[in-house]
Order: sequence, then structure tokens, then C-alpha cells
Amino acid sequence: MNRLELDTDVLVVGGGMAAAWAAIAAARDGAEVVLVDKGFVGTSGVTANAGPGHWWVPPDPKLREAAIEKRLQSAFGLAEAAWAERVIDTTWRTLPQLAAYYPFSLDGAGKTYYAGVRGPEYMRALRWYAIDLGVRVLDHHPALELLTHRDGSVAGASGYARLERRAWTIRSAATVLATGGCAFRSGLIGSHTNTGDGHLMGAEAGSELSGMEFSTIYTLSPAWCSTRTLPYTAARFFDAEGAELDIPPPMSDRAHFVELAKAMLAGPVFADLSEAPEALKPVLRRIQPATIAPFERRGVRLFEDRFEVKLFGEGTIRGTGGLRVIDDECQTTVRGLFAAGDAATRELVVGASSGGGSPNSAWALTSGQLGGAAAARLARSQGRRAGDAAYSQGRTGLRPTAAPASVDQRGAVEAVKDEMLAYDKAFWRTRASLEAADARLNGIWSELASHGQSKGLDQVAARETAALVATARWSIRAALTRTETRGLHVRADAPDLAPDGGRRLLVGGLEKVWTRFETPAHQTVQAEVAL
Amino acid sequence: MIALIFADLCDGCEACVTACPTHVLDAAPGGGPPVIARLDQCQTCFLCELYCPQDAIFVGPDQTQPETIDPATIKASGPLGQMRRDHIWDAEPGDLAPLREYWRLGPLLMGGAQIAAERYASRHGSGGANGPDKE
Repeated sequence: MNRLELDTDVLVVGGGMAAAWAAIAAARDGAEVVLVDKGFVGTSGVTANAGPGHWWVPPDPKLREAAIEKRLQSAFGLAEAAWAERVIDTTWRTLPQLAAYYPFSLDGAGKTYYAGVRGPEYMRALRWYAIDLGVRVLDHHPALELLTHRDGSVAGASGYARLERRAWTIRSAATVLATGGCAFRSGLIGSHTNTGDGHLMGAEAGSELSGMEFSTIYTLSPAWCSTRTLPYTAARFFDAEGAELDIPPPMSDRAHFVELAKAMLAGPVFADLSEAPEALKPVLRRIQPATIAPFERRGVRLFEDRFEVKLFGEGTIRGTGGLRVIDDECQTTVRGLFAAGDAATRELVVGASSGGGSPNSAWALTSGQLGGAAAARLARSQGRRAGDAAYSQGRTGLRPTAAPASVDQRGAVEAVKDEMLAYDKAFWRTRASLEAADARLNGIWSELASHGQSKGLDQVAARETAALVATARWSIRAALTRTETRGLHVRADAPDLAPDGGRRLLVGGLEKVWTRFETPAHQTVQAEVAL
Repeated sequence: MIALIFADLCDGCEACVTACPTHVLDAAPGGGPPVIARLDQCQTCFLCELYCPQDAIFVGPDQTQPETIDPATIKASGPLGQMRRDHIWDAEPGDLAPLREYWRLGPLLMGGAQIAAERYASRHGSGGANGPDKE
């Protein structure tokens, strides 16, 4: 089939909530918008399977100040109050706009309940809203690489339409990467497509990343199927002999997961939900239907039978790292390229902590809105440049540096899973364990970059593999560089905060990975004044 | 993982081929039920069932390995269409029924966490658990 070629104002890459909100913002500003997603806008990504609660604080200055203050207390010095304010305010003003498409119900006290939404209905509503605004949605059009102009600014993207089986190229005046975070193929529900594709494409075009060391975080689920976690918060835990385990409660955060991980390294762990809130039992099906199916269909009585559990890694999804954002319009370090949602670093709002679900959803919405609107403005001010030459930036998996040869992609993915997800490595990082991981992943990267080549549909998996390895390398190298324990980043060999560690850690590079601590903005200003 | 598309229920609309976020399915060359072409990419999200207007798809509960099923048992035991019924997926616009209980997610999640915290504290003396600090 013939190659698809398009020319547009704004190209959005990705199909989750941040991508949809970005496309909506750009289209509402009058831009012509094309959205390309690897999967289907409605089911793609982690939001579609989730029940995102949004950070929801009414426009009362006292309430907002208190919410921001509380957030900054857990950010370990890496977040910014102005970003928190922007996120709260944008979310408050924007989410109700979805009322024509999403059946917001009541909050139990007679008021409309906006803050929490159910994933499949939310993503379906965003799809409808975007299409009504004129966004051209191209499902199953995974992007493989970015294109840049001679001056280094981003000129669009190329990819492969996997249902039509044809290549595509879309030129754009501005591009938004909203490809999600990376769960390193942990099996976390909804994360199969979250392989760090945008991180790789952005880095190839020259973008920097930030906060990639904050990537060790897990969620509890039955061992045979990752689900949402609503029914598990009151769980008691038992070993294979039926002896109860002494697990700190979920509210203790890391201690809860560390003790579970220790127990799981020793043998299978079983959960008992009989002490779950009585009010939950009859109503769970109305709230999270997909959480019940894996039990019913296996013949396990959710609140009565003990069942085996394990921890599914969330990587940079509930971890915080991603493409570095350099202004309040979500521009990356490359001109014409914006980042939104989990593809961008969320440190600006939550710092070194996960932030839990609600700041994360609010960040995805807000960064989508801001990045999408800024992309539309850039397209309007500079116009399209479809006549200018554009250069393909994709390398590893597409264009080998040496003779093409078959490479062990499956082995590469297994190595990434091992280094990023294995409990013993992830929960107890040390210099020695990280240096070993770094060397192993560098070797794999070198093999993929030297010899990996792919055609047609195989390009999609080849690039996913490359993105997984690249993202793991940045995470490991950042974890190696940050020789302290801060928030989600825990070093068993450096258990305390370092006095000078309250700075964001940048990372990037492909053939050779580099790291650099960010110079805080106020220091930059002082340096300029001194000059 | 997706186990079966029932040929006698499927009308060949291919909605599932499009809706599957991980490209598990291929349209059948001659029409009819789509082909499960890349089972290793199935993440057991059940969303193909939600998007199937014919209730013709059964996703098994195990995401770690393919499962053998007995089609007659599946048909008789009620899971076909369960996801769509539970979601009230085809409600009319303005019908608030699908999400009427949804606001209770947060309080019930925290309620469970509170139960765990109190249990832990009672076993370890009052200093054993941190107080609630989550939104």
C-alpha cells in the first residue's frame, strides 16, 4: 500500500489521557491536529484500565496554599510551588468541560463528582471530545522516529500503520510527545505499550531526561493478573505454610512493599481479604468491574479465599522521571518538541515522591493542555515548514551502525525486566549492583545499535525493545549517579539524604549515557547577574 | 489472555481488532471472526470484551499463560458480556447509573488502609503505624 503522507500544524504522539488532552487543547486553539497512537485511543495506556482521581482543590486560596504546602513537604526539594498551583488550577477549570461526553455522577452528598473518573469511560469521552473538535485520530499508527530540520527543531515523525501495513510520515509545525511512562514490561495492567518510545525518540532528537532514578515503585495484585488495587488495602498476608506475615500497612508506603518483597523472595505470599470494609464487598462490581473478572473466572472467591499475590513494577508510570521540561509550556530541550503526561518528568509537581494517583492524573491533564496549546501557538507563529528538508532521527533497531545481523530481542527485554524489576535489585540498589546492571545493559545496547535492523511490522517491536533498553540505561545510570536516598530512590549503600542532593538529575545520550545535576534556576539567574 | 472469539456469536464487525490496544488480533482475510494472531501481546485487560457489541469474546483470567477453555461451559456460566453489563457500557447519554457508586472508591480505599493500619498498630503497640497521609 502507498505511504501515508500528511502535513499538519500539530502532531500529538500517544493515545492516553495526556495525549488526548493535548490534542483537545491544540484543536480548541484552532490548530489542525493529527494524533497518532500505537494502539487505540480509548483503550491505550494505563489510564484506560485505571480509575484516575485528579488532584481536586477548590479555588479557595487557603485550601490551595495548604494543598501545595503539603505536596512540597513530600517532594524532597525537587518540585516547584508555581507548577503545583498551575496543575491544581488547570485541572479544576478543565475537567468539567468533559461533561457532554462523560456521565459525571454525584458525590454522595448531592454535588457533581468530578475528581475521580473510570478509565474506559474517561478515555472514550476524551476520544469523542477530540474528534468533535476536529482532531484526526489515527489509531494503530505507532511512531518509530522523529524528523528534524537542519536547525535541529522537530519537523514531524515517521511510523508504521500496523493495521493497514504501510509506512507513514507526518510533517508538523509542532509536535507533542505523550507516549506515557515505561513499566519495563512488568505486566502491570495497561502498560504493555508503555515501553519508553517517546523517551527514545526524544533523546534521538536531542532531548534531555530528568528524574529517571525515581523509577522503583510497585503495585500489589494477584499473581496471575495485574488489577486495580481497591480491594487489597486491608489485606492480611500469609506464607505458604499458612503463617501470618507481619507486613506494615499500605500507609507506611515503602515499608509495606519492602516487607512484601522480602517475603516474596523467600517464597509465595498469599493475601486474605476477609477484613476488607464490609461496605466494599457488595459495591466493588459497580466501581471496578475489571478487578472482579480475574477472580470469578478463576473460581477464586475474592473476599473469602486466600490467593497468591505479587508485586508488579510501575517504573516511571507512578515513578516520576521522563523528558525534561524547560518552561511552563512543557517544551523539551528541543525546539518544536513538547512533552506531556508520564512521558515528561513529573518532578516539577511531586519531586522525588510518586505523588500517588491524583497529582499524576492532574499533571497528565495539565501538561497535555499546556503543551497542546503551546504547540498550537508555535504552529501559528512560525507556520508550517513542509517544504524544508527533514531528517530521520531513528537509529537503534532501524539503522544499524555495522553489518545487520539477527539480534536477541527477547533476551534484551528479559535483561531489562531483570535489572529494573527484580525485587532484590530494585529495592536494595548499591553501587555494585548498579554498575553490573549498567555494564550489562550497555552491552545489549551496543549489540542492538550495531546490528539491529527491521522492516514492516517488525519495526514496532524492534523500537520497543530499543526504547526499553535505553530507558533502563538512563534509569540505572541516574540511580548510580545519585549517591543518596531521596524519596523513591533508595540506595542500600547510601541510606541518607545528601546535603547537596536537592537538585534534579538530568540524563541523556544514546551511544554514551551522560548525567548532570541541574543548576537550580535561581542560581542561573545569579550567575547571569554576576556576569 | 484472550481465549476465544465465538464464531457463532461474532458478526465480523472487527471492532475488537481496532479496540485492542496491543494489536493481538488480525482481521480474518475472508471476513468472519478475527484471528488471535499475537497472543503473547495480550495483557488481559478485558477491553476487547467491552468493545464487542455481540458479547462474542472470552478473555481468560490468567495473563501469564494461554488457557484451555470449554466453550460450552463458558457460554452456560455467564461471563460473556459481563464486562459490558457491569460497566453499563451502552447507557444513554445523561444516564447517571453507570457511575453512581463511583465516588465511593476513594473512601473505601482509605477505609481498607485504615483497617490495616489499626490492625498493625494494635499488634505492635500504638507507635507501630504511621497515620494516614494520603489524599
